[in-house]
Amino acid sequence: MKLKVPSTAGTMESNDVLVSIKPAKSGGIQIALQSNVMQQYGRRIREVITETLEELGVENAEVEATDKGALDCTIRARVAAAAYRAAESSDYHWEAKK
Amino acid sequence: MDLKKIPHIEEIGNRGVCSGKVTKTSATFDERTKGENKIVKDLKTAILASGLKDGMTVSFHHHFRNGDHVLNFVMDTLAEMGFKNLTVAASSLAGVHAPLIQHIKNGVVTHIETSGLRGELAEEISRGLMEFPIVFRSHGGRAAAIESGLLHIDVAFLGAPSCDPYGNANGYSREDDDGIACGSLGYARTDAKYADHVIVLTNHIVPYPNAPFAIPESSVDYVVEVEDIGDPAGIMSGATRYTKNPKELKIAETAANVVEAAGYLYNGFTMQMGSGGASLAVARFLRQKMIDQGIHARFALGGITSQICAMHEEGLIDKILDVQSFDLDAALSLKKNHLHQQIDAVYYASYLHNSAVNKLDFVILSALEIDTDFNVNVLTGSDGVIRGAIGGHPDTAEGASLSVIVAPLCRGRIPCVVDHVQTVITPGAAVDVLVTDQGVAVNPNRPEIAEKLKAAGIRVTTIEKLRDRAYAEVGMPDPIHYTDKIVGVAMYRDNTVIDVIRQIEE
Amino acid sequence: MKRYTKDRLRRSMMFVPGNNPGMIRDVHIYPADSIMFDLEDSVAYTEKDTARLLVYNALKTLNFGNKEIVVRINDLSSGLGVMDLEAIVPAGVHVVRLPKTDSAQDVIDCEKEIARIERKHGIEVGSTGMMAAIESANGVLNAREIAHASDRLIGIALGAEDYVTDLKTTRADGIELLFARSMILNAARSAGIAALDTVYSDVNNEEGFIAEATLIKKLGFDGKSVINPRQIAPLHKVFMPSEKDLNKAYAIMEAIEDAKKRGSGVASLKGKMIDKPVVLRAQRLIALHEAGLRMDDGED
Repeated sequence: MKLKVPSTAGTMESNDVLVSIKPAKSGGIQIALQSNVMQQYGRRIREVITETLEELGVENAEVEATDKGALDCTIRARVAAAAYRAAESSDYHWEAKK
Repeated sequence: MDLKKIPHIEEIGNRGVCSGKVTKTSATFDERTKGENKIVKDLKTAILASGLKDGMTVSFHHHFRNGDHVLNFVMDTLAEMGFKNLTVAASSLAGVHAPLIQHIKNGVVTHIETSGLRGELAEEISRGLMEFPIVFRSHGGRAAAIESGLLHIDVAFLGAPSCDPYGNANGYSREDDDGIACGSLGYARTDAKYADHVIVLTNHIVPYPNAPFAIPESSVDYVVEVEDIGDPAGIMSGATRYTKNPKELKIAETAANVVEAAGYLYNGFTMQMGSGGASLAVARFLRQKMIDQGIHARFALGGITSQICAMHEEGLIDKILDVQSFDLDAALSLKKNHLHQQIDAVYYASYLHNSAVNKLDFVILSALEIDTDFNVNVLTGSDGVIRGAIGGHPDTAEGASLSVIVAPLCRGRIPCVVDHVQTVITPGAAVDVLVTDQGVAVNPNRPEIAEKLKAAGIRVTTIEKLRDRAYAEVGMPDPIHYTDKIVGVAMYRDNTVIDVIRQIEE
Repeated sequence: MKRYTKDRLRRSMMFVPGNNPGMIRDVHIYPADSIMFDLEDSVAYTEKDTARLLVYNALKTLNFGNKEIVVRINDLSSGLGVMDLEAIVPAGVHVVRLPKTDSAQDVIDCEKEIARIERKHGIEVGSTGMMAAIESANGVLNAREIAHASDRLIGIALGAEDYVTDLKTTRADGIELLFARSMILNAARSAGIAALDTVYSDVNNEEGFIAEATLIKKLGFDGKSVINPRQIAPLHKVFMPSEKDLNKAYAIMEAIEDAKKRGSGVASLKGKMIDKPVVLRAQRLIALHEAGLRMDDGED
């Protein structure tokens, strides 16, 4: 998926995460993370952001995430939403639950 | 008169024969009050007169909570006067006390004793600000330490919303309904009784006698009038409202059902609710059960809220034992309801006596974390930073026949039921039941309670299953890294060491 | 395998805004029989994409215990409805709630899309259940055809806010909804599916809520939508059978057991023969009672 424009998804409410994505030409997936659970889950949050973007075929992006204790599934949803918005795409990829 | 002729005079007390000389004055009492009293012109004068020296211990109470201006004012003055190496022994410290950081850096304060620590000061201390570890004691532990001399207070600086010229001090003013009120001065009373010197700071000098008083003039050496003892809004406001958070309400309702099923809701029972939304809301559900069953409580103990006072006024709670008032309605109830009794910290929870906590049927308590051994942490966050207070947690948990911990399974992404708590404050042996939003677990020490709960239709699970569910929901947290440096020592209520807090590694 | 059961307890269906992660993760702790994640009215037009992704990821990951999972999609004419289906059908929704159902054709159109999506993902066609919300005069008048429009339908529901606007009235004491409720109830019964009542929006008025719940229970509804967890317990209490009815139900079931033991096909109680509707009613009552006794429905 090719990112075209900067985009944002999510909120600053508790249990949510605000994700901003900017297209980048190189440098892989760069993440600037703020979280109220940084010590306990910072590593995991970065992992989920990277995984989600990789699954969508995004190779380079500047990601800014402000996390308020979001669960993995919420992070995944917000990152994907921001990525689709950045790609100006509604060609969603849905997979059946295993 | 020949005293020698009086049999056993040496045993009765031989201080001679009365000379007939008496000290007598004709001035009106009003005139005399102006000349002879304990009011000194300013704080510095009082400090100099108290004989405070470097290395001594000064004490403070936390009845003004986060609105307190007394501690900072006194510490600034002590710094200005050049004092060093002081021990600050506060009944608790709040976010408002961040200016202590500077005094620690400048060597004015080298030791701290407290029940709790929050905000910037807590952050700095968790990062290794002090050489000497902070000593954390429960309210009962502190009271016992003071009365036994383990914690010796040289000078107590006690803020009071009203005081007369002779030092009778109180947590509200009988003359002035609009003045600052903090209700009970329970923790200050113990300091006043045992400190070598006591300085009362008040913004409101009232005519003698300031009755009924929390602190009697016999305990007070100097009275200092100051403009500002604190921010009324930060001290307390209005009534504590019951939570509307449905998760907290669910936990509270379950906890009330647990108390009833365990057999501790009978006519004449005794209770305490700890602070926290779910904990306080238990009273709401108990109230309905009490009305339905036509029973009442003999007393409610502890930190007192508007809800407890309302139940007292409804006739559901016979008496209130108040060591600390949590809101303005509670402070006003103390003022107007004569069966709302102010008590001091020793009476409340000292393990050296059969104190009030030992007379509790049940207590409902919050927790930051609880582990699979039922150990509870109320002091350090899951990131290892100090952000709480021991309060009366271990005192009431041990004292009560049934201690119920109420906590959500997770707070945001933070699991509250864990393998190991960051800091053990109340040992699992003192904890009987855990109520979460996703299930109830009973300490295996109390199999009879588990049986009673099951018989009443309450689903009982194990704490291990609750822990598993919490981790499944939020994922396993990465461990917190600490250095070897000990920044805090947590005492159990008998002042034995129960755990240490280490410096967090960045 | 079917993801839904037609015949199950549906006293309470808890509405959850589809773009609220906090509520989505917590809703399972409350004792509602069904959870309904909403992609329609509670989600702003500009956030339809984020809500859809959030509900999709939540359905795929979170454990909601033994509750029935319903998602309210946007109506098909908006173009959003099909996009919603594309996400939630593979994510494993139990029941799709179709809003603003005016005719049987609406149900048939929706079913066609669901079947297509099931096929695409290798999901057995027919696995996903449906329910139709009727929110207009047209819908009410077509209730019978709607109720019979698909085998997938587990029930039909009244959506009162849009309906009263369509009727040129407002919500009041319930008399304004009497016709719609009666139509929907009879249509549902004629099709052998559930009849589900609308929300009661004033969460602070417990008395009014209980009065409405009592009314719809009397009419014969299976349950009601709730918008706040506080409404669940009073609602379930309304649906709790009386002791007298319950004792009678147990007596009926005992008589049936006795007859079976005797090898007799005919059971009787106090000289009266027990016929099938009586047995059904007794079973339903006992199920309601047992569900009502459970203080929570978490698994151990």
